[in-house]
Amino acid sequence: MEFNKPADQNLFDRSKVVGKPHTRIDGPLKVSGQAPYAYERHDVVDGQLVGYPVGSTIAKGRITSMNTEAAKKAPGVKAVVTTLDIEPLGIWDYNAARLFGGDKVEHYHQAIAVVVAETFEQARAAAALIETSYDVEQAKFDLKSEFERLQGTGEPDTVGNFDEAFAAAPVTLDEVYTTPSESHAMMEPHASIVDWSDGGDMKLWTSNQMIEWGRQALAKIFSIDPDRISLESPYIGGGFGAKLWVCSDAVLAAVGSRAAGRPVKLAMPRPFVANNTTHRSATIQRIKIGAAEDGKITAISHEAASHTLLGGSGENAIAQTPYFYAGDNRYIIHHPVEMNLPEANAMRAPGETAGLMALEIAMDEMAEKLDMDPVEFRIANDTQIKPGNPMKPFSDRHFVECLRRGADAFGWADRNKTPGGQRDGNWLIGHGMAGAYRGAPTMKSGARVRLKDGSLTVETDMTDIGTGSYTILAQTAAETMGLPLEAVDVQLGKSSYPVSSGSGGQWGAASSTAGVYAACVALRQQIAERLGLEDPRFEGGNVVDGDMETALVDIAQGEELVAEDTMEFGDFKKNMVHATFGAHFVEVGVHAGTGETRVRRMLAACDAGRILNPITARSQVIGGMTMGTGGALSEELALDQGRGFFANHDLAGYEVAVHADIPHQEVIFLDTLDVSATPLKAKGVGELGLCGVAAAIANAAYNATGVRVRDYPVTLDKMIDKLPAI
Amino acid sequence: MKSFSYERASNAGQAAARAAEVPGAMFVAGGTNLLDLMKLEIETPRHLIDVNGLGLDKVEETEEGGLRLGALVSNTDLAADDRVRRDYPVLTRALVAGASGQLRNKATTAGNLLQRTRCPYFYDTAMPCNKRSPGEGCGALSEGAFSRQLGIIGTSDSCIATHPSDMAVALRVLDAVVETVTPSGATRRIPLEEFHQLPGDTPEKETALMDGELITSVVLPAPVGGKQAYYKARDRASYAFALVSVALIRQPDGSGRVALGGVAPKPWRRPEADAELPNGARAVMARLLDGARPTEENTFKITLAERTLASMLAEE
Amino acid sequence: MNLPIEFQLRRRTLLIGTAASAAALRFAQTAQAQTPVSKPAGAEKSAVTMTVNGETKTLELDHRTTLLDALREHLKLTGTKKGCDHGQCGACTVSVNGTRVNSCLSLAVMHEGDEVTTIEGLGTPDNLDPMQQAFVDHDGFQCGYCTPGQICSAKAVIDEIRAGVPSHVTSDLTSPIEMSGPEIRERMSGNICRCGAYSNIVEAITEVAGEQV
Repeated sequence: MEFNKPADQNLFDRSKVVGKPHTRIDGPLKVSGQAPYAYERHDVVDGQLVGYPVGSTIAKGRITSMNTEAAKKAPGVKAVVTTLDIEPLGIWDYNAARLFGGDKVEHYHQAIAVVVAETFEQARAAAALIETSYDVEQAKFDLKSEFERLQGTGEPDTVGNFDEAFAAAPVTLDEVYTTPSESHAMMEPHASIVDWSDGGDMKLWTSNQMIEWGRQALAKIFSIDPDRISLESPYIGGGFGAKLWVCSDAVLAAVGSRAAGRPVKLAMPRPFVANNTTHRSATIQRIKIGAAEDGKITAISHEAASHTLLGGSGENAIAQTPYFYAGDNRYIIHHPVEMNLPEANAMRAPGETAGLMALEIAMDEMAEKLDMDPVEFRIANDTQIKPGNPMKPFSDRHFVECLRRGADAFGWADRNKTPGGQRDGNWLIGHGMAGAYRGAPTMKSGARVRLKDGSLTVETDMTDIGTGSYTILAQTAAETMGLPLEAVDVQLGKSSYPVSSGSGGQWGAASSTAGVYAACVALRQQIAERLGLEDPRFEGGNVVDGDMETALVDIAQGEELVAEDTMEFGDFKKNMVHATFGAHFVEVGVHAGTGETRVRRMLAACDAGRILNPITARSQVIGGMTMGTGGALSEELALDQGRGFFANHDLAGYEVAVHADIPHQEVIFLDTLDVSATPLKAKGVGELGLCGVAAAIANAAYNATGVRVRDYPVTLDKMIDKLPAI
Repeated sequence: MKSFSYERASNAGQAAARAAEVPGAMFVAGGTNLLDLMKLEIETPRHLIDVNGLGLDKVEETEEGGLRLGALVSNTDLAADDRVRRDYPVLTRALVAGASGQLRNKATTAGNLLQRTRCPYFYDTAMPCNKRSPGEGCGALSEGAFSRQLGIIGTSDSCIATHPSDMAVALRVLDAVVETVTPSGATRRIPLEEFHQLPGDTPEKETALMDGELITSVVLPAPVGGKQAYYKARDRASYAFALVSVALIRQPDGSGRVALGGVAPKPWRRPEADAELPNGARAVMARLLDGARPTEENTFKITLAERTLASMLAEE
Repeated sequence: MNLPIEFQLRRRTLLIGTAASAAALRFAQTAQAQTPVSKPAGAEKSAVTMTVNGETKTLELDHRTTLLDALREHLKLTGTKKGCDHGQCGACTVSVNGTRVNSCLSLAVMHEGDEVTTIEGLGTPDNLDPMQQAFVDHDGFQCGYCTPGQICSAKAVIDEIRAGVPSHVTSDLTSPIEMSGPEIRERMSGNICRCGAYSNIVEAITEVAGEQV
């Protein structure tokens, strides 16, 4: 099916299931510990051995020798494979790091060996016996100096004449902001069981957000036919982009399985994850804004840099700037800087997360310079088109309503407006807000549906990484087929199922529900033909046409009806900008003595088209707000600039938000429909909650103290010298 | 983790004797730090002596009017003990500021004292570390290293690690004494002040314990009263190590005691600094942190220590 | 900066280039720290008997096996999760003799005679424990990986508050402790949820605690 024009009124506008607050259908399995994650599949293949990885201990250079003798002789060891034993493996299209093979080291903790043994304890002990020697090559890890060198170079995205407009603007801002490298830190480390015992077909039980990408990636990495590869990933313990890719767990398990002639399971040790896998790159961003006295932006420049391995793209912090706010003169450019650090790649809302951390502080600073309410300043600069391009309107944009609804619900008008002017005991109280913007792409997505005895099974290689896919796909199928939710079973994450959009880029929910809708429409047509009907309705478990009612359970009398289709999205979508919008409002307390910042209240108002399930959608948004709280206040992959590695590479050193950091969170969804998004008129919401929230916290900390911190995370050391005397 | 043999001890003296006699032996109680370090092969015992059966899990009153805290009392039980809450509240406050609820359920009094630094260069066995591998150099003191969390005073050119305990900082202001049994069966009493040692040229030697010596209890002198408080400044609100922590006991006349955590290789207290308490936080820190050698990244701890204490003093 | 003391910044050394090359050779061998002892003094395995979810289990285990791996790999009770294996996330939280612990930081061999309760011992999909049901009702999870640990902790937290065990946010150490949001949040902080379901989890726990009053 092709979605080739904006949706008319359709069944989702009269929905009984879609858009309703259903608890997760996979919930009972998860809360009882019965949902099987990758490393736990004891039942899928016999004779599993355990693999343990070894990582390089330098950032750049060549391995001159590896001594594996002791490891090979260690108890229980079945195979040892080092990176010197095999030719460099292939690198998939969307990755930059080589996962294994050859003597070249490009980043710290690059996988250089795998030890396979009967037990985990044996494999881990033997891995520690491998001795490696290197020729170390010098490398630079200083993003700041690289940014200074690159400023003003390259080919910016320009509109009008920024320099002239900025020079002429009566009110201007010119500041530099930094964001640190961040780790996805999902709770389930990357893990795979791989059976490639005979070197023939390769079977994986893994933890991967994108099944088909995974299959294609493995095919390229190992130079084998993708049809010889199968993947299963029904439950995924978080991904946030870290599991968009095949990572070294799968590759090492495959290599180990081939060498040992038995299936191998391998979970990355937690201290290995941060430097072995991908992360969000640090950024440096210089933002200049010029505005007229009335608050209209006349000039905006956003120049950013981030690090990447050769062939990667870093963190595109300018992503939102061409779209979010009006302004006739613009200068926008991102400089990826090659660096021998672990692969910088997508982490939840790549681009906008880091970009809005900076831009939304800049907007706060600008509002202050203009003596405007930051909400009103943003409203004054709303745009319904891509700035500079009247031919490219937003498909559906209600940013202003997010700002107004959020401000009202939060009580924004009642806040103290003078920085440092409100106190509660030892705590300085502050309020801050920020805008949220995140693109809303859709991707081709397929599904198969099977109807038997009135029960429907949905099969798609779509994944549920905590996003609620199981539930919203069941809701979509139930709605389309007129079945109760309980009559629908959803099977996900297998490469034998039709290829879906997968989970990434906030496209999963909108795309995959459209794919399931397409498959259900195909089934409806098949049923209509079978019954000789033109355009029957499907409701209450029946096919209805005029006075005639046939129960779905009776249609095929024991036979299974199967239909499959893929939703494709037509070119008409390219004529407009699809995006989601939001506004964050935050109250913080900053300890007047220590400068510790703690969040007291959080509220987000979101515009993301039809909300398919307000329970799971809300969870996605508060999850983003929580991740953003960590990003604002504590998360930083600490770079050792001498050696080129992230030093705090475990969950004690890399501090994500804990329970005590997070207050009750409120989310408001606007009742909007984006008719050109999908037939369900829905857009993604999984990343929107993260966008801008860190800046709202930083702005609140400024309001609390009068100390402006432009370098994340906003930790006490950056404020303490400037706080008032006690 | 290297393989090891295992035995359960039933007598403290014999356990100490065994530990001295069996090559590569270590005691294990809660295991919350030891297991962590064994998995990384930072600790590589070849024999573990499980001391959980020694019955050292009671809090008892001493003849001097103080408390004897059994080496195996869990951090949770110690924090919850009515006498500790009433008479030594700084200890309860410090305990509950540390780790997490489930870790405190396993962590013991002795184990807490013996926990090792959280320096990232100690934890990553690929990095040079004089504490882990004497003579190797200090990763944290090399150009470009990450030292924000590390020590500012009492450190040396060999090592700038901090001792991560909260509990020990409170014990330090309480003038606690560590009681041990030596391999020969003798009892030894080591004031907490002397228990942890400064790194100097031998950062691998962290305590005054001799080989095989087993901590049996920690003795608190009779209660000193006063207002007692513990403040732990950290990046996230819970389940994080201190950037700086302050244990404070303050008497109505303005005198008192103060010790710092998160700044030094041991709980950091100086009598001459205590004496400055009536003169305020700045005067205290001028003495307490005299001789500090911070790195560029952790110089803030000086200001933080002063402001933390100042806000604690202002609260009274 | 206005500081109470004068001080010298600690000097840093260069460890780049040739120095690094030499150091790298040494890095290779640093895994064996301090004076290595070549052999264990005795057997490297033992039998251990414990009660897991009401059933007596005897296992012959490598001493290195953690309680967590004994559950997941030997008893195939994979509901208890390994998130970090270092006591830094709480996903492995189980109850031992009625007390919540991180099963990753405990050797199985040290649990002779202990009673262990895991998430599988609380309820099944068709017969959920009230806390499990509350997590479903309040959407107190997303990916589900930290969830068993959160639930095991949550049940213990209610007990700990009722038993008067103090926490970091307990204002008065000598009065009864209130079942409040701040108390629950502080006590649950050893269970990290990267999906960020904290707000919902606290609501689930509050509901269960309220119903049990």
